Amino acid sequence: GVSCFLQTACQCLPGCDFGSSLPERALLLVLVLVFLQGSVLPLGAASSPDVSHQDKTDNHKVEAQGHNYTKKAFPVLSIDYHYIQTPFEISLWVLLASLMKLGFHLIPRLSSIVPESCLLIVVGLLVGGLIKLAGEQVPPVMNTRLFFLCLLPPIILDAGYFLPIRPFMENLGTILMFAVVGTLWNAFFIGGLLYAVCQIQPDNPSSLHQIELLPCLLFGSIISAVDPVAVLAVFEEIHINELLHILVFGESLLNDAVTVVLYHLFEEYSGIGTVSVLDGFLGVISFLVVALGGVLVGAIYGILAAFTSRFTSHTRVIEPLFVFVYSYMAYLSAEMFHLSGIMALIACGAVMRPYVEANISHKSHTTIKYFLKMWSSVSETLIFIFLGVATVDGPHNWNWTFVTVTVILCLVARVIGVVGLTYVINKFRIVKLTTKDQFIVAYGGLRGAIAFSLGFLLDPAHFAMREMFLTAIITVIFFTVFVQGMTIKPLVELLAVKKKQEAKRSINEEIHTQFLDHLLTGIEDICGHYGHHHWKDKLNRFNKKYVKKCLIAGERSKEPQLIAFYHKMEMKQAIELVESGGGVKLPAAMPSTVSMQNIQPKKPPPALPPERALPQLSKGREEEIRKILRSNLQRTRQRLRSYNRHTLVADPYEDGLNDFLIKKQKIIELEKKITEMNNYLTVPSAPPDSPTITRARLASDPQAYSVKPTSDSVPTIQVDLASPQSPDSVNLMDEFRNARQPEQDEDRGLMMKPPSEAKGPKRPEDAEGAKDQQRLMRCLSDPGPSADEDEDEPFLP
Amino acid sequence: MGASQTHSEHKFQDLVDKTGFSLEQIINLHKRFKQLSGNEDTISRENLDSIPALATNPIRKQIIEAFFDKRNQRQDEVGSFHEIGFEQFLMVMSHFRPPTLKTTEEEREVMRREKLRFLFNMHDTDSDGTITLDEYRKVVEELLSKSGAIGLEAAKAIADAAMLEVASTNVPHMEPDEFYEGITFEHFEQILKGLEMESRMHIRFLDVNTTTMHCGK
Repeated sequence: GVSCFLQTACQCLPGCDFGSSLPERALLLVLVLVFLQGSVLPLGAASSPDVSHQDKTDNHKVEAQGHNYTKKAFPVLSIDYHYIQTPFEISLWVLLASLMKLGFHLIPRLSSIVPESCLLIVVGLLVGGLIKLAGEQVPPVMNTRLFFLCLLPPIILDAGYFLPIRPFMENLGTILMFAVVGTLWNAFFIGGLLYAVCQIQPDNPSSLHQIELLPCLLFGSIISAVDPVAVLAVFEEIHINELLHILVFGESLLNDAVTVVLYHLFEEYSGIGTVSVLDGFLGVISFLVVALGGVLVGAIYGILAAFTSRFTSHTRVIEPLFVFVYSYMAYLSAEMFHLSGIMALIACGAVMRPYVEANISHKSHTTIKYFLKMWSSVSETLIFIFLGVATVDGPHNWNWTFVTVTVILCLVARVIGVVGLTYVINKFRIVKLTTKDQFIVAYGGLRGAIAFSLGFLLDPAHFAMREMFLTAIITVIFFTVFVQGMTIKPLVELLAVKKKQEAKRSINEEIHTQFLDHLLTGIEDICGHYGHHHWKDKLNRFNKKYVKKCLIAGERSKEPQLIAFYHKMEMKQAIELVESGGGVKLPAAMPSTVSMQNIQPKKPPPALPPERALPQLSKGREEEIRKILRSNLQRTRQRLRSYNRHTLVADPYEDGLNDFLIKKQKIIELEKKITEMNNYLTVPSAPPDSPTITRARLASDPQAYSVKPTSDSVPTIQVDLASPQSPDSVNLMDEFRNARQPEQDEDRGLMMKPPSEAKGPKRPEDAEGAKDQQRLMRCLSDPGPSADEDEDEPFLP
Repeated sequence: MGASQTHSEHKFQDLVDKTGFSLEQIINLHKRFKQLSGNEDTISRENLDSIPALATNPIRKQIIEAFFDKRNQRQDEVGSFHEIGFEQFLMVMSHFRPPTLKTTEEEREVMRREKLRFLFNMHDTDSDGTITLDEYRKVVEELLSKSGAIGLEAAKAIADAAMLEVASTNVPHMEPDEFYEGITFEHFEQILKGLEMESRMHIRFLDVNTTTMHCGK
């Protein structure tokens, strides 16, 4: 039935206005799928025994459907929806969510005005409405277990793994203040005042009077927590500066512990009706246990993951799996003990990341990154859609007083909390928070799906006013997401809040960050007080001395941070080079003609006898050579072998990349020499190979493309892959070298040897040139290292 | 002791105006100064060298040198001292004061330039106003000095790449035969403007009691 419907739908589509533009067609497709969704879910909700009921409800959508139940002896085609029902529905939901995301970005103006979260909630409302219109029961999508065990962890893991540790740690005090004290303040303020408001109005005794203090406080604690999902969704689109982002986001993560404790505390005791001082005290202890326990559990799993990744060098394919599984288990273990799962996940991701990244291959790193982003994106989309659907579904009990008072109190409490706390915090901070910052922090306190799920979790037996609570929670969520979410971007522009710096980190900044760290530690030591630089330095040294040795495989455990950064940068540049189709210049942040020769100190050219002058390469010849080099680079890229699972293990792309890096270096040197030869009489020394090249060479068993010179009289191209001390690094330009100071320890790489004055009569200029090119092509178009082929074979015929 | 106390307080008051520290901070720093100098009036390089906590710092030579560098005294002199007194000590320390809420935008600019100047002076060891490639190489080598042989090889490449970056950012179009002499102060400011030095380069000067200071020695 479904397939027939799809068929008819697809037949309709081409018949439609053929000239309609792509976004409109996409929208049409999207709408079709929404209808599909609406039709399938009732199909599933009303289970198949009631076939006649099913026939009634699938009215206008499935007319083309014909039951294929002929009286054949053997059913050639039959439908068994039940068999695949659950996974099919899940997939359909995920597909819907993803197509929605696609759709929004196809509509040009919409995504810049309205944040995605709002649009998704609206979609959820539509789908829920459709289902309700179809007369069916909305599937209980906001199942709390589904939410907390499946939808929330990917988002938190993504946040935790990519958490910028440095700003987080620097502002940890502030973040904790906001998370703990701020949430407590919010919860008690809202809960208490709500109770007070409920108790007034003695003239018309409403149902509000029945609400006691403890349920109010419980409600307050549910509604007071800033939600990480909503914050992420909105803040990602406004690109504010790092400090504010980490403050609000960090707060939303760390207040989970407070929420968990308050929730359980009040839930337990609202049946009984009173909370004694002892219980309060136990609550405080419980908070410490929950928070620190969560972090501890996460850290343990993180270290386990890091340790495991040390041994994965032979099984690269499953490396990402370890990251995901260990993190998920950390979350589940924490939830098992009612500790804070969110904090466990954050701790796990943050602890394991530096060590895992040092151990895993580049491909695994990319995989982890993309999988995390993908899962968290889908999760987030689903959460908002489900919020919409559950809103349509959930039993509501609208009470004007309760809801409006809640909304107002939430805003007021947030503002007072932030302002008050900032006043105290600024006494201890060096970089103070300005009023603008405070406004953004207060305004960014969005509530989201966690509050709703917690409300959903309430037992209707104990809490008669559960529906009212849910309605109020949903209203607050809608208010914060829609109103605050939509207006925060223009407000940020209006207030001229500092935005995130998009520039990527340069090597100079990295050098100076490290330099500053040491400098400030030193000054603190001279001053004689143990400030936080001192402790940070101690922690770093402990890390380097003991922890890194355990958790990082091989040589990289000793690699200092600056060098690691430099390697990463080189790798990135090389990849950019490959992707851009291979120019031979190092891509710089802005186009510049500065190259290495501009900064190398000039060496004075020694006096040479004039007959030893190098040939002037004509411009045309230069261009040809450049073209050849470039095209060979491209060919190398295309020739990377397609791999199966087994060659993936050996990481052919990485080997190719290393080769490519080597070639790039050689080509840069060659180019430099070409241009210099037009300007200078000598060839200055080549810059030393970067450690990446050295490491690549040491690691990948170098093949020497060495040329045994049989004659000095022909320009030869020599590609020398050998390490600097190897005897294979034969220097063909010995005539020249003898005239200048020897720099024999440097690798020569590709070089052009000029013809000496004794030119064989059989070799005219053009033939030489042609041979040049030929040899160039031969040496560069060879695929990766192959031991037997080229090692000792001279290029010269 | 009464008379000398008021005398030193009077002197300290001058220093408050000159360096911007509060009186309590100056008194604390004075105590530390006395500790370091062994109750003398001046500190020499050996006094600072003997601080045990500094032993593991890869750039301690530069740090100690910075205290004795005349350029950091804001008096347009060059050269270096043999010994410094409390006032010079404070002057160098004042480079590490943080901005307050009341600091205006202009004052922040001035602060940032001062701090960058301090860093520049640390790199420019021959006081010629530019950081040459060799000097920069030395900086990177010192940073990596505690990392053994790997560090030394990489230091050259890293310094070269960094220098190239400075040159590309500041002088985008250079002919092949032009030569980039060295990083001037303006270029230095340019490449580090993303780091917001006035908010990063500071330490917390205590103005409570000094019991913690005795642990430092």
